Amino acid sequence: MSATAAAVTGNGASGKGAISIRNVTKIYDPGGADVLALDDCSLEIASGEVCMIVGPSGCGKTTLLNAIAGFHSITEGQIDLDGEMLCGPGKELATQGADRVVVFQNGALFPWKTLAENVAYGPIVQGIMNKAEARDKAEALLAEAGLGGVADKYPGEVSSGMARRAEIVRALINDPKVLLLDEPYRAMDALTKSIMHESLLEVYDRTKVTIFFITHDLEEAIFLGDRVVVMTTRPARTKKIVDVKIDRPRDYRLLSSEEFRILVQETKEAVHEEAVKAFEAGERELA
Amino acid sequence: MSNQSVSGRPPSGLHYFLHKSRKALKTPMPYLAFIGIGIWLLSYFLLNEYWRVSPFYKVPGPVEVVTEWLNKDPIWGTSLFTQDYYINIWVSCRRIFIAFAIATGLGVPLGLFMGWSKKFKDYTFPILETLRPIPILAWVPLAIVMFAGFETPIIYLATLASFFVTALNTMLGVESIDESYFRAAGCLGSKKHHVFLNVVVPGALPFIFTGLQISIGVAWFSLVAAEMISGDFGLGYMIMDSFMVNKYTTMVMAMLTLGFVGWITSAMVRAAGNRMMQWRERALGQGGV
Amino acid sequence: MAQSSKNKKDGKLKSLFTDLTLRRGVFSIVIFLVLWEVGFRFHDWFGIMVPFIGKIDAPSLVAARWSEVVFKPGYWESWYLSFGRVFFGFMVAQLVGIPVGLLMAVNKYFRGMFFPPFEILRPIPPLAWVPASIIFWPTTELSIMFVTFLGAFYTIVINVLGGARSIDVQYLRAAQSMGATQWDLFRKIILPGTLPSIFIGAAVGMGITWEVVLAAEMISGGGQQSGGGLGFFIWSSYMGGVMDQVIVGMISIGLAGYISSSLIRYVGYISMPWKRMF
Repeated sequence: MSATAAAVTGNGASGKGAISIRNVTKIYDPGGADVLALDDCSLEIASGEVCMIVGPSGCGKTTLLNAIAGFHSITEGQIDLDGEMLCGPGKELATQGADRVVVFQNGALFPWKTLAENVAYGPIVQGIMNKAEARDKAEALLAEAGLGGVADKYPGEVSSGMARRAEIVRALINDPKVLLLDEPYRAMDALTKSIMHESLLEVYDRTKVTIFFITHDLEEAIFLGDRVVVMTTRPARTKKIVDVKIDRPRDYRLLSSEEFRILVQETKEAVHEEAVKAFEAGERELA
Repeated sequence: MSNQSVSGRPPSGLHYFLHKSRKALKTPMPYLAFIGIGIWLLSYFLLNEYWRVSPFYKVPGPVEVVTEWLNKDPIWGTSLFTQDYYINIWVSCRRIFIAFAIATGLGVPLGLFMGWSKKFKDYTFPILETLRPIPILAWVPLAIVMFAGFETPIIYLATLASFFVTALNTMLGVESIDESYFRAAGCLGSKKHHVFLNVVVPGALPFIFTGLQISIGVAWFSLVAAEMISGDFGLGYMIMDSFMVNKYTTMVMAMLTLGFVGWITSAMVRAAGNRMMQWRERALGQGGV
Repeated sequence: MAQSSKNKKDGKLKSLFTDLTLRRGVFSIVIFLVLWEVGFRFHDWFGIMVPFIGKIDAPSLVAARWSEVVFKPGYWESWYLSFGRVFFGFMVAQLVGIPVGLLMAVNKYFRGMFFPPFEILRPIPPLAWVPASIIFWPTTELSIMFVTFLGAFYTIVINVLGGARSIDVQYLRAAQSMGATQWDLFRKIILPGTLPSIFIGAAVGMGITWEVVLAAEMISGGGQQSGGGLGFFIWSSYMGGVMDQVIVGMISIGLAGYISSSLIRYVGYISMPWKRMF
């Protein structure tokens, strides 16, 4: 198992996937009214780090992710990946590429392709593998993730947990430098979620891929992350960075430990303050 | 669109079918349907044939129509056993097939590009929207002037009707695709043509087939009208012609035939859609998405 | 607050003239008209033979004819007659179709009995009923209206039925838990819940109504009176060989259809305040 895994994804050792976000500002223009979504936001993410982003709803977390992925332009500042500029002065919109693969909030496996076809899609369109090779590889990776039995099912036929795991496999087959996750486990029940967490941790321990993970769930943030970045309410800036100095590999027993509880408490205070501000701002806007 | 049934076809297999029918027989629905159709036929018979209530008696009743239909030596010259009955059906079906094929061949690609490219839509959509409110039948004189003969104008009218529906629904289909699929395709390293083939086309398929269902309906609608106004053969012509020479029994027969053939064609389109959208079928079978 | 709303209004006005979409649309329609005009005048487009459209009277001729026709009372009488038929057939279809659709939605026995015959008759295109209708009804006017009614009726019933049946059961349960009677459920939940589909059905039905009225007018020769509606206007212009007048008729009926469906959209907008949020 680990032999194939190392062949697929060998990022950690070579030190790829360092993201440098410097003074990024984003102004939206929905119908004349300028909205400041990101204000002079800076953040350094080391290669192989699991960086968790938390903050109130609509604060601009996703805007940041979209800027890295190349879905949205930025207004000012610069974002680098491994020392190369993704977007910045003279290039507002990053080029989309398979070195930064996104796992979406509501899941974006193509419903019209089977899980295996979904996973094989990336290498085929990039011209790295032919159809048969990609298919073999996809099946191997799905089997490794415990999805070998449902490789020929359509996403609509499997549970949301399976679909989400398959989506991560679809990302990993491209050997990305960074995995960008936008609240991927938001709509799941607590039990499924905990299984998802363990599966993601297992993937991380194996691949050491850099992870940029947006969430609302503080326990999730601390359980998975190396650092938890608390953002302010809109316009988003980094308010507080909590270092999670807990050894890996981690498992569910961590959840009941004293140090975990203290970290959650610490983060919660910072987030709550911003959530209240955001709520009041929302009420003011409607008034 | 809102009236589209969500259930779809069950996965094939005689066993499954039998299971379904046994289940259905336990509900009152099939019996109610039987009663409902019975009431309808009985009142049709009583009003038109038995009591001969005015003005119902002017239209031939069910017994008269069915007797004529099954008559080897029909009184009015047309029945299941005469050749011209099948010629008329064949002519109409051929026209529908040609019109539907042209309309789909032009409408689907046009709709796909309109939905995909804002620029392309900006240039083409206004022309389409200017022409669309004009009822298809208003084109009859123009069609006759533009094209020679009987056949081409009639096919043109049926094509035009289904073309608008198909193009519009395809466009809406592309616009309905969730943005995240485009993004997913983008961040997996797709070129433009990959996105078109793997996201735009399959994503729009449900709407395309909804559109094709409506489109075949309007194609029949316009075809019948065109055949009635200026035809030499076809079911619409058969209705109009038998009306003119007071063969009312033949006229009712043609109407019912038309309903039946129209129903068959739209069932065929539905079946084709279900075949091409396995992913949807199977997900629905699971009670999933 | 006032300041910002004023800005918005200015923005809207400004965007009407600078809007890229609008400019592109106008551009392509102008190109279309120019090609048509050139095609008719010279029978070729700069060396390319003009297909089909070259035989059709140019926009300038149509415009000239139209400016003549608007002063003739017969033209406006056609508008009046067609609108009358559309309105009448459409209204009757609404009055019959909405209750039938709702009844089918709320009563399973009624639906079980009457939906099957309805589905058997539905595939017969409305126009196929024209001759039978002429035989059946004493006057041509009534038979045109009957066919018109039929065209809109199917669409309305199907939409009302689908809309009413797609109402979330939770709303009904919530209302029942607050002590609502059957009548309350019908009036406060099923009726407003079906309203969007009623209006969709009305919009589609209106389109079909115009198609049917036009065809019926063309087939039946426009009723007893001369100048029987826009369909007859088109047909008699064609018979008289006045092609530019045929196109005037086509545009007029397109306009009439557009006006009617805009009216329905407007009424829908007024009567469903909860749907107005964009």
